[in-house]
Amino acid sequence: MTEQVHQITVTVNGVARRGEVPARRLLADFLRMDLGLTGTHLGCEHGVCGACTLLLDGVPVRSCLILAVSADGHAVTTVEGCCEAGGELGPVQQAFQDCHGLQCGFCTPGFITTITAYLEENPKPTEEEAREAIGGNLCRCTGYQNIVKAVLRAADLKRERESADE
Amino acid sequence: MNDKLVGQPLVRKEDPRLLRGDGRYLDDLGRGALAAAFVRSPVAHARITGIDVDEALDVEGLVAIYTHEDLPGRIAEPLPLLIPHPDLTHPRTPYCLANGEVNHVGEAVVMVVATDRYLAEDVAERIRVTYEDLPPVVGIDQARAGERLVHEDAPGNVAARSVQTNGKGEAHEAIASAPHRLALDLHIERSASMPMEGKGVLAHWDADDRTLRVHSSTQTSTSVRLAVAAKLELPPDRVEVITPDVGGGFGVKIVHPWPEEILVPWAAMTLGRDVKWVEDRREHFTSSAHERAQQQHVEVGFDEAGRLLGLSVEIWHDNGAYVPYGIIVPIVTSTQLLGPYKVGAYRVEFTSLYTNTVIVTPYRGAGRPQGVFAMERTMDAIAEYLGMDRLAVREANLIQPEEMPYDQGLVFQDGRPLIYDSGDYPTMLRMIRDLVGWDGFEAERAAAAAEGRRIGIGIGAYVEGTGMGPYEGAHVKVETTGEVVVSTGLTTQGQGHYTSLAQIAADVLGVGVGDVTVITGDTRRFKYAVGTFASRAIVTSGNAVAIAAAKVAEKAKRIAAAALGDGVAPEDLELVDGRVRRRADPATAIDLRTVAVLSNPLRYAFDEETKAATQFAAATATGEEPGLEATGYYMPERSTYAAGAHGVVVETDPETADIRILRYCVVHDCGVVVNPRIVEGQVHGGVAQGIGGALYERIVYDDAGQLVNASYMDFLIPFATEVPHIQTAHMVTASGLNPLGLKGAGEAGVIPTSAVVASAIEDAEGLAVRRMPISPSELYELRKARQARKEQVSA
Ligand code: FES
Ligand code: FES
Repeated sequence: MTEQVHQITVTVNGVARRGEVPARRLLADFLRMDLGLTGTHLGCEHGVCGACTLLLDGVPVRSCLILAVSADGHAVTTVEGCCEAGGELGPVQQAFQDCHGLQCGFCTPGFITTITAYLEENPKPTEEEAREAIGGNLCRCTGYQNIVKAVLRAADLKRERESADE
Repeated sequence: MNDKLVGQPLVRKEDPRLLRGDGRYLDDLGRGALAAAFVRSPVAHARITGIDVDEALDVEGLVAIYTHEDLPGRIAEPLPLLIPHPDLTHPRTPYCLANGEVNHVGEAVVMVVATDRYLAEDVAERIRVTYEDLPPVVGIDQARAGERLVHEDAPGNVAARSVQTNGKGEAHEAIASAPHRLALDLHIERSASMPMEGKGVLAHWDADDRTLRVHSSTQTSTSVRLAVAAKLELPPDRVEVITPDVGGGFGVKIVHPWPEEILVPWAAMTLGRDVKWVEDRREHFTSSAHERAQQQHVEVGFDEAGRLLGLSVEIWHDNGAYVPYGIIVPIVTSTQLLGPYKVGAYRVEFTSLYTNTVIVTPYRGAGRPQGVFAMERTMDAIAEYLGMDRLAVREANLIQPEEMPYDQGLVFQDGRPLIYDSGDYPTMLRMIRDLVGWDGFEAERAAAAAEGRRIGIGIGAYVEGTGMGPYEGAHVKVETTGEVVVSTGLTTQGQGHYTSLAQIAADVLGVGVGDVTVITGDTRRFKYAVGTFASRAIVTSGNAVAIAAAKVAEKAKRIAAAALGDGVAPEDLELVDGRVRRRADPATAIDLRTVAVLSNPLRYAFDEETKAATQFAAATATGEEPGLEATGYYMPERSTYAAGAHGVVVETDPETADIRILRYCVVHDCGVVVNPRIVEGQVHGGVAQGIGGALYERIVYDDAGQLVNASYMDFLIPFATEVPHIQTAHMVTASGLNPLGLKGAGEAGVIPTSAVVASAIEDAEGLAVRRMPISPSELYELRKARQARKEQVSA
């Protein structure tokens, strides 16, 4: 048995990346194994925990449920792509540090990407909305208290940074 | 002097790396390594009658297939019994690969190695193992019945039976002669640590150097090292074990060596190639470890004031198919059950039973949640019986601060006497009373009732032995750049040690926390350690870091005194702001980094810095060992006892029996706090796990021993929407047992949660809750049963 491979091109964090992958390779595995972008983590591989969340054309998806071949021609943003252009922590990342929103850090990339996309839609969430926004991601360490705070803080930081840029 | 860093809620140093996606967890390492996968038993109890690999052989990418028959020497022997105990009369441990018999679904039978994980699983899928079924033993009832046996040679399925008494008289007599008596039967179901990252092992064999390098997602790299060396018959000095970033542990990763921790390194040596295994989620459910399941029978005798005169507890503990970690969990239940209370005569007996299920080893709390459940249910039952306030019954039984140290008369899990070193339990209960709003609750209940809502309040307290020995150590070194490097042997799984240990070292050395780099869990850097479990890391390693750093500070003063000359004595000096300076005259000073240069007298200079330490340059101290560094160990005489009290208000839906937590309050005392932000986070995380254990999480086996909910879809870890806002309040009773006054905090949040939630539901519903976790449908059934009883009575 030899596996047939497919040529794909995926824009990852703004850079076009080519690869040759078997049809069954998960998008998460393509990023981790082929591209060495190990920030995207796999916690369950069945679509529940959200650790593997990344943005596909700006929309949060679970990369353990998507084949690499189906990302061909699309744009992917991973946690590595949530930093500022200069490499400093992005607003969501910074908020997580400020609020102690992570402990082991394993679930964190999925939260960072999810919240990054959410704040585009709702730049000024209430606490209730913040809790809802992260309601699809599992964290076993933090009890979510500080992640909720981090969502609110990230919204503030993002606004501050955007108005500073203007 | 800088403001002290210990006690400050600093943000964590490790975060930026983790937040950028630059963490290095096990599966992020070893790109290009061969991948291992396992064929695991699909049945709970069976003899293996055949293993057929024919179909698997033509999978491209196959490298090797191993069964028990292939394993040489000590690898073919059962895995070690990590913690022997005289009462553990029938210990059984698993083989790396099943030796003719399987004892639970998920037990490893065949190991496959292939060029990547996809292919390894292709191979595994094509291997046919045939089984001859044996009757499975599932659940405590079946284990107790003893009609079916897990291990032929463990009669009655009993691994251990153990009795402890507190030396204050005969419990049954005390109960029989007490003015009042009650008996309770209690149940706690199975749960599991369930870290977001499963286990994983990567091994590299350097054939030239004859050195084995193993990365493992473990809570104890030093002990994995010794275990691997023993099993593979290598000198320990040829084995290095490194714990990379770990995605949570919560107890399950303290067990070692897992079969994979032996097999993967052995395969790497055998094949001469790097080999990696990363556990998937289903494997984690069926082949790691679980905890919690117990049945308890409590008998208690008490007086009019609710004071416990006699207490007898019988525990049946489900230890799963094997006992590699010994009987630690039921020992902890039996001893920590007493909590902050003084009890007349106490007798506890546990029976640890084999079942054909995944092994049972400590999960955060490690037997305490079950013990606290027993004690606090008993307190509530007494209050109900006497018509007393539930808090008043607890207050009547509290150990008073002036009675400290208080000897409970038992032997704890560290083999030392269970003596509470310090604590102020009356204040703790007063604080939780205020925080949860105990006194105003009847008005609140009435107001809710007026809206047709049903609410209840619950409260409970615990004491937790933390910071046990035997020891931890640390090596502290000041580099010539001024950077301070702290290496400790214990591992870290998210507890923030890179920050909290840096705070401790920085205070002693008078540097900033940014100047300190902490290294954990790498046997190349520090070889002697026990591990991160049982809320012990900050107590043991924290004090070791302080001890080692103090030695470095003393050495720095001696070297600086020699360099400053002019009659300056080491005692005149202090370490402040990265300098060693004269207390009386701070301008007379020398940089700590320069002291580091001088600490290593040189013959050869290779830059401006090192010139200063050459033979024709400045005065270097004589009689010192080179290097501004030192090693220190902290060996506690016994555990130090942290404590806490929780209060909760729940609402139960009169129609649907839905259970909702309205507020959750925690009073927490872990002695001197190094980093309040981190401790608070630990409490939050523990409470969330406690709420999971109280309302949502349970491991379910069917009668055939199939684990029916082995996925995150079906094992319900709380999401953010299930965890309420948690209010916390802290108190500090410093431990007198260690120089820094610390007590552990890692497990606190989870310990009394099931007990207090049960208490609150009972209060809301007016019916006895004797089994946790509880789901809405179970609450509904309890209501129906009560209704049926009422109708029977009226008929
Ligand atoms: S790994 Fe994709 S959702 Fe859990
Ligand atoms: S920080 Fe560990 S799982 Fe979320």
